[in-house]
Amino acid sequence: MDDILLDIKNLNIEFHDHDAPEHVVKNVNMVLKRGEILGIVGESGSGKSLTAMAIAGLLRRHDITTDGRIIFDGKELLGAKRSELRKIQGNDIGVIFQEPMTSLNPTKRIGWQVEESLRIHRPEMDKAQRYRLAVESLKSVELDEPERIYGKYPHELSGGMRQRVMIASAMICEPKLLIADEPTTALDVTIQMQIVKLLQRLNREKKTSILFISHDLSLVKRLCGRILVMHDGRVVEEGASEEIFTDPKQDYTRKLIDAIPKLEKPEI
Amino acid sequence: MQTKKKHSLNLIIGLIITCIMLFLIILGFFYTPYDPTKMDSSAKFAAPSIKHLMGCDNFGRDIFSRVLKGMGNTFVIALATVVIGVVSGVLIGAVTGYFGGWLDEVVMRINDVVFAFPSILLALVFISLFGTGKYNVVLALGIAFIPSFARIVRGEFIKYREMDYVKSARLAGVSHLRIIFVHILPNTMTVLLSSIMIGFNNAVLAEAGMSYLGIGVQPPDASLGSMLSEAQGYLFSAPGYAVFTGLMIILLVLGFSLLADGLKKG
Repeated sequence: MDDILLDIKNLNIEFHDHDAPEHVVKNVNMVLKRGEILGIVGESGSGKSLTAMAIAGLLRRHDITTDGRIIFDGKELLGAKRSELRKIQGNDIGVIFQEPMTSLNPTKRIGWQVEESLRIHRPEMDKAQRYRLAVESLKSVELDEPERIYGKYPHELSGGMRQRVMIASAMICEPKLLIADEPTTALDVTIQMQIVKLLQRLNREKKTSILFISHDLSLVKRLCGRILVMHDGRVVEEGASEEIFTDPKQDYTRKLIDAIPKLEKPEI
Repeated sequence: MQTKKKHSLNLIIGLIITCIMLFLIILGFFYTPYDPTKMDSSAKFAAPSIKHLMGCDNFGRDIFSRVLKGMGNTFVIALATVVIGVVSGVLIGAVTGYFGGWLDEVVMRINDVVFAFPSILLALVFISLFGTGKYNVVLALGIAFIPSFARIVRGEFIKYREMDYVKSARLAGVSHLRIIFVHILPNTMTVLLSSIMIGFNNAVLAEAGMSYLGIGVQPPDASLGSMLSEAQGYLFSAPGYAVFTGLMIILLVLGFSLLADGLKKG
C-alpha cells in the first residue's frame, strides 16, 4: 500500500443557493500521508472548513456542486453513493467540530453518543463490548473517572471535557483520518494546549492522520509537520511548517504570521 | 425567584386538576352510580342531592353518571384526534424540515391550504361527506389537526438539522431515519409536549362543539358537548345540568392548559 492516505485533485466547490453561483473553493490540490498531521490555515471564509466538509461528505447535494477528485485510501469519495460513503464515515474518517457546546446532543448520555459509531459500524458487538470500548476511549482522551462520565449528560461537563468526549467518539472506531475543524477555537488557552498535546499523542500511538484546521498559527506550528495556507478559496502556499514560518513566500502568509500576538510591549 | 415560583404553581395546579379529571374518567369506564342511559320518570329534573350528586335531566337520568361516561367519550375522542394529528404531523414535519428542498415546498403549501380552513368547518365538510358518528369525528378532527403539528415539528427540525451534533451523527455514518427519530426527535419534545397539551384542549373543545351541533356522538351515548346542547333547553328548569356539564369541560381544558403552560416555562 502506498503511503498517501488522502489525495485531493482540482477540487472546486460552487454554491447555487442564490441567483448567481458562488465559487468558494478553487482548484485546491493537497496530499496527506499516512500518519501525518497537516495544518490548514487561513482566515474565515477562505474555504478551509468547506474543503474539510467535502472530504467528510457533509455537503448538501442539491444546491452545491463539486468538481475534481477526492481519493481517500484508494477510493473516490466525490460522487460516491451515500451508502458507500456511510461505510467510510465514522469508521475511516472521524470529525471534531469547533463548538463543543453544540456538538453533543443535549438529550443523550455521553456514553450513548460515544457508542453511536460502534452501533453503526460494528453491529456484531454486544452491549458489554460497546461499554468496555467506550470507557476505554474516554480514558484514552485523559478524562478522569470515565465510568462516571459515561452516564452523564453533556450539560454536566465543561467545554474542555466535551471536546475530549468529541475526540473520544470520533476516535472510537480508530479511523485512519481525523478531521479537526478548529477544535480549539472555543476553548481557553490552557485547555487548547492540552487538546493539542492529546491530538499529538493519539497521532503517535494510533497512527491516525490528522487534518488540523485552524486560524491560530501558533498552535498549528506546534502540532503540524506540514502547513497549507488558504486564502479566498485557493491554496496560496504549502510547505514544511518550519519553512513557512522562517521563510514565507507569499505576502498573505507573512501577514498571517505578523498577526500572531507577541509577548512584547508594543511601541506606542 | 418570584416568577419561577408562580410557574411551578401553574404546573402543580394543572397536575392536580388533570389528575382528578383523569381519575373521574377512568372511574367512569368501570363504575357509574346509575346506568347513564336508564330513565326514571319519578326523578325528572331532580335537584342535586346525596342520591343524585348533580341532579337528574329531562328523562330522569342521573347527570353525574352521564358526566362520567360523557367525559370518557370526550376524552377518548380528543385523545384519538391528537394521536392522529401528532403522528402524521411529526412524520410530515420531520421529513420536510429535515430534507427541505422541493418536497418541503410542495407539502407545506398543501399544509397551508388545510391550515387556512377553520378546523370545525373542515370537519363539517368531512362529516357531510362521510356521515356522522364517533369515528368520523375523530378522523375529521385528526386531519384538521395535522397542519399545526407539522408546522411546529418542521420548524424544530430546521433548527436542529444544522446543529453540530446532527452533523457529527451524519459523519458517523448514521442513516437519515435514525438521525430523524433517534437524534433529533427527542430534542423537539419540550416544544412538542406543550403543543400536544394545547392540541388536546382544542380537540376537547372541538369535539364538544361538534357534538353540540349534533354531528358528534349520537344519543343515547353521552359526551360533554351533546349533553350541553341538550341542557340548553332546560336552562331554567334544571340549571344544574348545563352548569355541571360546562364546568367539567372548563376543568378538563383548564387542567391541561395549566399543565402545558407549566411545562413550557418550567
